Amino acid sequence: MIKFDKVTKRLGGRNILDDLSFEIAKGEIFVIVGPSGTGKSVTLKHMVRLLTPTSGSVWVDDSEVSAVNGSELDRVRERFGYLFQGGALLGWMSVADNIALPLREKTKLKEPEIRERVSEALRMVGLENDGAKYPNEISGGMQKRAGLARAIVRRPEIVLYDEPTSGLDPVTARTIDHLIRQLNEELGITSVVVSHDLQGALLIADRIAMLTGGRFVEVSVPKVFVATDQADVRGFLDAQFITKKGVDGM
Amino acid sequence: MITREPVYADAPSNLLDCGWRVVLQALGDVGRAGCLTAQALMMFPLLFTSSRSRHEVLRQMFVSGIKSLAVITVVGMFTGMILGLQVGLELRRFSKEIYIGSAVMVSMLREMGPFMTGLILAACVGSSMAAQIGTMTVNDEVAALEIMSISPVRFLMAPRMAAMVIMTPVLSFYTCVLGVIGGGIVGLTQLNVPWDQYITVAMDIARERDLYVGMLKALAFGIIITGVSCYEGFTTTQGAVGVGQATRRSVITSFLLILVFGYVISRLFYDV
Repeated sequence: MIKFDKVTKRLGGRNILDDLSFEIAKGEIFVIVGPSGTGKSVTLKHMVRLLTPTSGSVWVDDSEVSAVNGSELDRVRERFGYLFQGGALLGWMSVADNIALPLREKTKLKEPEIRERVSEALRMVGLENDGAKYPNEISGGMQKRAGLARAIVRRPEIVLYDEPTSGLDPVTARTIDHLIRQLNEELGITSVVVSHDLQGALLIADRIAMLTGGRFVEVSVPKVFVATDQADVRGFLDAQFITKKGVDGM
Repeated sequence: MITREPVYADAPSNLLDCGWRVVLQALGDVGRAGCLTAQALMMFPLLFTSSRSRHEVLRQMFVSGIKSLAVITVVGMFTGMILGLQVGLELRRFSKEIYIGSAVMVSMLREMGPFMTGLILAACVGSSMAAQIGTMTVNDEVAALEIMSISPVRFLMAPRMAAMVIMTPVLSFYTCVLGVIGGGIVGLTQLNVPWDQYITVAMDIARERDLYVGMLKALAFGIIITGVSCYEGFTTTQGAVGVGQATRRSVITSFLLILVFGYVISRLFYDV
């Protein structure tokens, strides 16, 4: 469904992505982990053409995202939902209006139907009583959940999550993780998650990829991922107290 | 596509190289801001296709027009009073102070009305546009709009442009009216020029063309302020510091362009 073909991205004199190739299948939850500054968010931004590769190509099915423009790019982007790190809600609109925005602007749905879809999205993320509030009146975790509701309200085929649990308390972080899994199971959404949080990644991922030096040093299912001897992955796992048997009891 | 690739370059090798890059950067900025402005102007018809867009234009008209009214009232009135006083004192030396009406009227209509309105709107409204859109850019809100296939130019810039295109000439006319009243008050209280005489002289000398050229200038200033401010907002980087820099640049660039375009338009319509 999503394919990176020898993608190199050069920024500030160094290759952030270096000849990166991989594929993500329809309906899969693909989690990209790795240290800060290794290009995880850059990878995500290439999928919706917020960035363009220096060389190589990015494909979504038969569309080369890295080459399309104008209405063709709009059509590709309409297949995506994107959860930004900070939620990226528009500050002058209520949470409900933020979620309704893509429906009002990009569909011909009538207002009662839009309200119904917004209520449904709010219910899914557990914010059914907070639709009338403004982004600055809710917590960071709630903003992320509202951002997630906006990302899924148009029922996209693919949702990209940029650090969905960073800065959240463990309980909220697990709630978001369960939500990602639930969306995948109930709506068949393909999910690409960028995260530092390996425990969450192990919980939700179909496959986990470790990005270091612009390349994936390990791409495998969670069970294989935790058991690997690859040095970078091992270091990353050890730092989060995850042994080959799972989370360290300490 | 508003969201841009980060641009990195090696440090300039010498002063000449540095100067050349500044020129190239400036030309690039002018070209991109011009394209953005043209895009926003071409999207005007889309603003009248839905009630939400029309409501947003009205909201922006309130923000740019009504909220600037207090400052513009004070500035317009005192600009006319200063003009009236300075010109009147000089004319009194030749016992021609009854002509201050014509001097104030022509100055306000041709230059001071649109100029002062432009400066106030650049400082009050333009800076606010740059700061708001800049904050949205660094918070990924503009990128979020793009991913939702909602054009940030249509959604954010076009309503502001439409509001400024309508409100700047209106406010400029308002400034002119207040300036003429201010000049009249000075004439009446300090130069002993009767009100009806002041108005009669002012209306006799003023031509319709003075009004139209002034309104044209105001229209151009409105487009310039919105184009510059939104461009600075959309190209903001580096968080809060970047927002501050974008705001400062938007005000300075708008001021300079208002001066330059003010002269160019005057030169086009008034032969020496």
